[in-house]
Amino acid sequence: MRHLIAAGLLIGLGLLGGCSGGQDLPAGVLRIGNGTEPQDLDPHVTTGLPEYRIQLALFEGLVAKDPRTLEPVPAVARHWTVSDDGLRYTFELRPEARWSNGDAVTADDFVFSFRRLLTPALGGEYAYMLYPIVNARAYHLGQIDDFAAVGVRAPDPHTLVIELEHPVPYFLQLLDHHSAYPVHRPTIEAFGAQARRGTAWTRPGNLVGNGPFVLREWSVNRRIVVEPNPHYWNAGAVHLPAIAFLPVEDANTQERMFRGGQLDIVLGGLNPDKIEYYRRERPQALRVSPAYATYYYEFNTRRPPFDDPRVRRALAMAIDREAIVERVTRGGQRPAAALTPPDPYGYRPPEALRFDPEAARALLAEAGYPDGRGFPPFEVLYNTAEMHQRIAVAIQQMWKRHLNIEARLTNMEWKVYLAARNDGEFDVARAGWVGDFLDPINFLELLSGYSGNNHSGWSDPRFDALLEQSNRERDRARRYALLQEAERLAMEAMPVIPIYYYSNVQLVSERVQGWHDNLLDYHPYLGVRLDRAAD
Amino acid sequence: MLRFIAGRLLQAIPVLWVIVTLTFFLVRLAPGGPFDTERAVSPEVRAALEAHYGLDAPLWRQYLDYLAGVLRGDFGPSFKYANRSVTELIAAGFPVTAELGLWALSIAVLLGVGAGLIAALRPRRWPDHLAMSAAMLGICLPSFVLGPLLALLFGIVLGWLPVSGWGLTPGDKILPALTLGAGYAAYLARLTRGGLLEMLSQDFVRTARAKGAGELRVLLVHALRGGLVPVVAFLGPAAAGLLAGSFVVETVFQIPGLGRFFVQAAFNRDYTMVMGMTVFFSTLIVLFNLLADIALVWLDPRLRGAAGQGGGR
Repeated sequence: MRHLIAAGLLIGLGLLGGCSGGQDLPAGVLRIGNGTEPQDLDPHVTTGLPEYRIQLALFEGLVAKDPRTLEPVPAVARHWTVSDDGLRYTFELRPEARWSNGDAVTADDFVFSFRRLLTPALGGEYAYMLYPIVNARAYHLGQIDDFAAVGVRAPDPHTLVIELEHPVPYFLQLLDHHSAYPVHRPTIEAFGAQARRGTAWTRPGNLVGNGPFVLREWSVNRRIVVEPNPHYWNAGAVHLPAIAFLPVEDANTQERMFRGGQLDIVLGGLNPDKIEYYRRERPQALRVSPAYATYYYEFNTRRPPFDDPRVRRALAMAIDREAIVERVTRGGQRPAAALTPPDPYGYRPPEALRFDPEAARALLAEAGYPDGRGFPPFEVLYNTAEMHQRIAVAIQQMWKRHLNIEARLTNMEWKVYLAARNDGEFDVARAGWVGDFLDPINFLELLSGYSGNNHSGWSDPRFDALLEQSNRERDRARRYALLQEAERLAMEAMPVIPIYYYSNVQLVSERVQGWHDNLLDYHPYLGVRLDRAAD
Repeated sequence: MLRFIAGRLLQAIPVLWVIVTLTFFLVRLAPGGPFDTERAVSPEVRAALEAHYGLDAPLWRQYLDYLAGVLRGDFGPSFKYANRSVTELIAAGFPVTAELGLWALSIAVLLGVGAGLIAALRPRRWPDHLAMSAAMLGICLPSFVLGPLLALLFGIVLGWLPVSGWGLTPGDKILPALTLGAGYAAYLARLTRGGLLEMLSQDFVRTARAKGAGELRVLLVHALRGGLVPVVAFLGPAAAGLLAGSFVVETVFQIPGLGRFFVQAAFNRDYTMVMGMTVFFSTLIVLFNLLADIALVWLDPRLRGAAGQGGGR
């Protein structure tokens, strides 16, 4: 009967189901809800996560990460050695590595690719990821023109030597970032100048990559489909017949598509109310895990009264972070007592911040505002989004209740908010930071005097010196101790209020095998399969 | 008639020029630019990006270059989608949006005029009340509520139709077209009813009845043509509105149409894309209004004299 009615509807509405462009995917294809339409697929041009998820299928760096432990594992390089001073990395490339057109992947390809990213005219926003390399920064800023002076060379086709300016304990992690992916020189040059962005080389049929998959289809705003690369050196670990990336922007649409069986994986953006539903109904499909990311508020320390560290600490101590994660965000977030999230390598952020309304009131009185008297009205700025608003309202109430001060809430559309924050046109602004690699420096640099991402106006030469010192320290424990000291120092000055550590909330169909949750939300496709028996 | 059309087309040129100019400067006045991102971009990188997109030239130069491009039909490269031109993106999205609009309009006319006819046939009786209550509901229920409701009901609870997509799985066009068409159907129903009732009180209808014509014949043959005048007057802007206003439905049902691009472009400060879309949609709106005017002149004999003199409505 159902089918009769459905058939009737079909005919009655004039065969709206008629075909126009595109076709449905065969069974067994992994369908991933990927947020937004990618700006491009050129790994040296793009900046976003949706692009990176596709590039992870199309390209491969010197090393990769094990998605369970996040430890570096061999990729194009099958072996590497690091000199005792931590300054020279020598990579031995596997001879069987191939581009998707069958060409061998050579050390020269990497030299070419690093040079391309560092060429000023390309405008690669992530070029700074290569700055630890000798003279990379100078070349990128146009201070030197001779790339031979940059610390990358290929003594033979299967050996790549990289020299660093200072020891970088996380350097291997940088090499599987998309900015360090190799690109195929003849392909790039066939479609325009090396350092020209936006040429046609990334179109289906043109793109030559060295990853486990090749680009088959790119329908704008509809989907991107990749299929296995027959020349890939580790083709045996590829079990998916294809992957489709769907640019679904709306979180509710994405969730309906998952429930309706049109998506196998939904990455992020699940409404907290839906989290409850999945906990009850499909606990196997709901994956909530800690993320390497922090949600925080920045003070504009150039403006009174926020130029007084006692005021900043008072406001920070009057926020009940437990209440925010338990009653407002409700999605597995953890209260943050410092800016840096804990990581598996053993960095423990100092417990520098606790909820203590008594002490907060005392500090505020000491700063000259007993019971909030005379405290000037101020604004909390956030970009327009329901969750940011809910959090801001909760914090506004806590400040009112515990400190008797009035915060006004101002929400702005994303780009307006970014412009206001960058120009220092705010009192207190919401911010978030997602770590690119597992190392505390990632977060602590946000507070350095030289970071473009430090909007607070606060800086301290002692803090910058500690970071500098940690760059030269090779022993992990001693290095972490320096960084902890730096973080403790910053948290005493409190130019930012850490609020919570994000969580990764994903929906992964029960049929997907080999998909591992981790801090970096890093999901390579090798070893992933779609179990059709459970369908 | 030809003179009327030519005159209207000539009028469109200054209108479009004003639109291009206003958009060009307004979009640049908006705070935040295409290269503002959450992570700081170094001044050197920003300068390279601005040079690549010609934003380093003086504003008047950029404006003249843009005007020259538009005259050639070249809207430039998209700032956000690095390897696509605006023209290409419009060409990819427009057929989808147009088809969605066409289906929605068909549904709107079918349901709307049908309901209006039924209501006018039995005014102030239960079919009238039923049709008009349904229409009121259709007007009140915005598509961002109706769309998810339909998707949940037919897609997930009943499992008859896909919850998203366009031209990928059979039947995936039904729910979006219905969602987009529903509001317009409701307006059309009320307009049709009103137009017909007005016509039914006219002398020529009374004459037809006196000559013994049946009520249905009176309605369809005598009253309908005149009764449809307000409907047609509404259809021109409605058709343009369907195209420009499909954003919500395209988002709810994951349809790769132009509506989504329009809104994303504004959020991204994708200057060329915003301008390209504005020029494109303005041209369409001017065109649809002209078509509606031509249809009106054909439907309403009183307007013909005026049109003949090239004066427009």
